[in-house]
Amino acid sequence: MADIVLDKVTKSYPDGTTAVHGIDLEIADGEFVILVGPSGCGKSTTLNMIAGLEDITSGELRIDGERVNDKAPKDRDIAMVFQSYALYPNMTVGENMAFPLKLAKLPKAEIDKKVNDAAKVLDLTDYLDRRPANLSGGQRQRVAMGRAIVRSPKVFLMDEPLSNLDAKLRVQMRTQVSRLQKQLNTTTVYVTHDQTEAMTLGDRVVVMRGGRIQQVGDPQTLYDHPNNLFVAGFIGSPSMNFLPATVAEGKLRTALGDLPLGERMQRVLAAGDAPRELVLGIRPEHFEDAALVEDRQRSHGYEFTAPVDLVESMGSDKYVYFNVEGGAATSADLADLAADAGGADLPSSDQASLVTRLSAESRVRDGASTKVWMNLDKIHLFDPKDGRNVTLHEGRAAGVAAS
Amino acid sequence: MNTKLRWGLLDAVVVVFALVPVLWVMSLSFKTAATLTDGNFIPRDWTLDNYKLIFQTDQFVRALINSIGIALISTVIAVVLGTMAAYAISRLDFPGKSLLVGVSLLIAMFPQVSLVSPLFNIERQTGLFDTWPGLILPYITFALPLAIYTLSAFFKQIPWDLEKAAKMDGATQGEAFRKVIAPLAAPGVFTTAILVFIFCWNDFLFAISLTSTEQSRTVPVALSFFTGASQFEDPTGAISAAAVVITIPIILFVLFFQKRIVAGLTSGAVKG
Repeated sequence: MADIVLDKVTKSYPDGTTAVHGIDLEIADGEFVILVGPSGCGKSTTLNMIAGLEDITSGELRIDGERVNDKAPKDRDIAMVFQSYALYPNMTVGENMAFPLKLAKLPKAEIDKKVNDAAKVLDLTDYLDRRPANLSGGQRQRVAMGRAIVRSPKVFLMDEPLSNLDAKLRVQMRTQVSRLQKQLNTTTVYVTHDQTEAMTLGDRVVVMRGGRIQQVGDPQTLYDHPNNLFVAGFIGSPSMNFLPATVAEGKLRTALGDLPLGERMQRVLAAGDAPRELVLGIRPEHFEDAALVEDRQRSHGYEFTAPVDLVESMGSDKYVYFNVEGGAATSADLADLAADAGGADLPSSDQASLVTRLSAESRVRDGASTKVWMNLDKIHLFDPKDGRNVTLHEGRAAGVAAS
Repeated sequence: MNTKLRWGLLDAVVVVFALVPVLWVMSLSFKTAATLTDGNFIPRDWTLDNYKLIFQTDQFVRALINSIGIALISTVIAVVLGTMAAYAISRLDFPGKSLLVGVSLLIAMFPQVSLVSPLFNIERQTGLFDTWPGLILPYITFALPLAIYTLSAFFKQIPWDLEKAAKMDGATQGEAFRKVIAPLAAPGVFTTAILVFIFCWNDFLFAISLTSTEQSRTVPVALSFFTGASQFEDPTGAISAAAVVITIPIILFVLFFQKRIVAGLTSGAVKG
């Protein structure tokens, strides 16, 4: 049990590349913190620095108030679960879990007791004499967890522990990890590239990109009030829609039509340094089939008509895709996001695609023109140059129509 | 069924092709001097005289001791050095790494014959000629590249995460190597040991050029010095018997280590 403080922690390599740029982060005792970001964002490097597997170039790392920069991993009292599990194949499950205790030179009786307790928690009692080669993926994963929890360390580090499991098992293990962490109440740092895992598991989520922290916050805050274009696009599935927009005559001109601007937004956008070109962002669930919107709500939104490109019925909702004239929004942040999503592998088109999540009762059909309502309170505007969210007011996004 | 039969036939051909000369030598070693050239595969007159003869001569026993001693010492040194070098090559990025790998490949490919005369002169000057170290040193030189290549291939198969995991579990660098990496590398080490031992055991070129007396002559060389009881007697029987005898340590060595060569020992360590 301990708190972790990263104070301007930097990692650079002899060849001149810098993987992590002066990260500041405070992790409270017992907290479950997720580091999330696309590959190459420095999240694993950060984790390895906390573990002591990689040297810290500059800055300070404190665990439990004590500077540990120069301590060997074994002296930090940290346990780690690896993406590959890294089980010792020459040892049985029981020996694998007993290994850290044996190194700590605990008496045999105590080792047996601790291993049995951990095995019970993880439902591994029947497998203690098996070798890792004779276990399924999920069982191996649990052994890796068992080896970490068995010696009750100060801190758990987990490096994408679930990414090698198949989709169904991953969801089950996710809840198990979450339950285990609550039960043990041990400070945990968890690295993943999967934003769903990040949203569902963590007390707080740290979004990273290019070795820098983009935003730190609880999952709902990140979702509702993203600091910038990158966080907005990275968190949420399907991801936020982005369209180019310009300000003209007190209105917001977009491919969907001219949206009204509230007084406050007009003031913000009238300022001298305000960007003329903007990126409008809106999540799929903030659209609705106009026929199903109640009158009371209708006034908060804007309605437009567009031809339906494709309907995907999920049962609980319908994902409806529209093609929007006028091209897609462009920005460095969006290019990064597209690269991470494998956008380079998809056929490119100059038409922007709009994803909406409509109610299952909607009667939209492929090809038919449909009237769609969008919630103006949930619209974000971003500066394409630096990705900043200009709709944020005192850390909260209140849409474009707010006065 | 048909393919099975064809494969079986092919296997049989290979086995026969490989074993006939060995069996022929064995058959010769059990023949009496009179029936040596009768051309029968199975001896008509069985005798153990040839075996008795070679163990009576001090020459052969002494050579056997030399061979075992020199081959074992060379193997141990080459494998220990090779293990350390291979571990460094597969795990670390150090300056001159590709040079080291390149030079060891160069040595492995170097024609040994061209080194015999210089080595002869050097060893004569330094007093190493006709001594155990005089053979052990060149053996290590040529066995090391073999050891380094085989072992680094084995080390590369061991996931690096295991070492990191051991460190996180509280092991020092040394403990991580001893308790986690070394047991996993054991099959590779034993395989390499067998290869190096056979290389040293079989060598004739250096052994005949760098020795002159029984003091350090190894078995392959001693065999070539065998003569019959008289100048006109054919030593074929004795040579065959000696050839059979020197095959035995190799077979024992392989059988002994075979148990430890369990393929796929690393499976299950990481997701596979």
